[in-house]
Amino acid sequence: MLQSRFKMPSREELKKRMDNIPDNIMKECPVCHATFFSMRAGKQRICPNCGFGFRITAKRRAKITFDAFDELDANLTVPKQYQDEKYLAKVAKGKKVTGIKESVLTGIGTLADMKVAAGIMDPFFIMGSLGSATGEKITRLFEKATSERLPVVMFTASGGARMQEGIHSLMQMAKVSQAVEAHSKAGLLYVVVLCDPTTGGVTASFAMQGDIILAESHALIGFAGRRVIEQTIMKKPPKNFQRAETVLEHGFVDAIVQRNDLKQVLTNLLSLHKKEDANG
Amino acid sequence: MVKKTAYERVQAARSTKKISTDELIHGLIDNFFELHGDRSDGDDQAIIGGVGLLNDEPVTVVGIRKGANTDENIKRHFGSPEPEGYRKALRLMKQAEKFHRPILALVNTPGAWPDVEAEYHGIGSAIAQCLQVGMQLKVPYISVIVGEGGSGGAIALACGDKVFMFEDSIYSVLSPEGYASIMWKDSSKVAQAAEDLKLTPDHLLKSGIIDQIIHEYRPGDDLKPLRDFLYNQFNELKNLPVDELLRQRKERYRKF
Repeated sequence: MLQSRFKMPSREELKKRMDNIPDNIMKECPVCHATFFSMRAGKQRICPNCGFGFRITAKRRAKITFDAFDELDANLTVPKQYQDEKYLAKVAKGKKVTGIKESVLTGIGTLADMKVAAGIMDPFFIMGSLGSATGEKITRLFEKATSERLPVVMFTASGGARMQEGIHSLMQMAKVSQAVEAHSKAGLLYVVVLCDPTTGGVTASFAMQGDIILAESHALIGFAGRRVIEQTIMKKPPKNFQRAETVLEHGFVDAIVQRNDLKQVLTNLLSLHKKEDANG
Repeated sequence: MVKKTAYERVQAARSTKKISTDELIHGLIDNFFELHGDRSDGDDQAIIGGVGLLNDEPVTVVGIRKGANTDENIKRHFGSPEPEGYRKALRLMKQAEKFHRPILALVNTPGAWPDVEAEYHGIGSAIAQCLQVGMQLKVPYISVIVGEGGSGGAIALACGDKVFMFEDSIYSVLSPEGYASIMWKDSSKVAQAAEDLKLTPDHLLKSGIIDQIIHEYRPGDDLKPLRDFLYNQFNELKNLPVDELLRQRKERYRKF
């Protein structure tokens, strides 16, 4: 009976139908392995089952985190001295995918009527790598925050130094550090949110210099790359050894915060530090 | 300065015949007294630290060092410090500030030690603290890259008021081997990578990353000229008011 009601489509017909199904309609959470419709990840891009936050662009993060966001130094980009074609192609692709001109978006954000200098690194811009202009934007952000007596919130997401810019990339670690130090000396608050992935030269500088260091759950946080470590110790490192939860256990992170709760937590932390700022 | 290709310079910088950090300290510093430990977790052999006299001037010395033989190299991870090493350096630099002693940092490292324990003990955080504290130290701070200056592990102690390099030394964002394997997935193109990275002292002097190139000293050489040179450099820095010293140090790194 049933068979007569539902006619099995032909092999060709099935193939045709398969072609009409758009890609990426389903998503699998890399943490809890739940499969769900992509749309259910919502504006925040989080797993509806466990809350894991997928990588997002800096622009999206600005939108979901702040009530308002005024971008700074929007036109700062890779210095002209770098002419390597392959590199320039990567830069062009980064710009197209992210809508920004360097691997960090900086600006003055508003959270519950409080102003905060905010930096958001973009993992889709050459892996959020630390170029000269990235360092320059972050340095200027800290300088502005110091002179206007604002707290800084920095979302880090980076594969580390940008090899294509060689030693100048390395120097950004020192350049940003001196600006962080001046901001800190002025008695101002610096909150870091470690996002997936935060590694290399960024971990070894401003990502670990915050007064308060938060991390998104399950974010990869470390200094050396897994492959380099594997080659050095000649065995596989434990599975979760550079996960936010492990880093918390070892005492290098203050708290793990789900993306859903970040806005609330940041607002709370900023208001807890309001008094000191006013007195300074 | 003897002409060499970038890759020859890399090989010379790594040569086991180079003067070692220990020999340099021995030849430069009188009455050197080694101070061990980071006061929290351990004593990394890859970093030596202590106090002594540079001519008549008490100084603090911290140095990243390779080993003279296999035993030492295993203990020192071939000159790759662990977090405990950077924290020892940090402790001694803060101590130097307390006693108004200038700081001499000697750097010879392929990079920080990449293993699981180092990650657990916060290698990134330790380097980050060295950078931040280095910017605020109220005493003259000179860094000398003696052989290899590899990546974050090197800049941790190479953010002084002055940065000098030995003739046969290199300083780069990653090793030429690493660069070749990432850029071309071919680690045999090391020589090309060395050229591209512009990691030799003359390139780095031209781009203002370092302040001066130091003539190469061999084991057994008389180090008096180097001692006098460093002494004079420290004296110049010492004559600056503290505010001016800090302003100039910040300015030095701000311009990159």
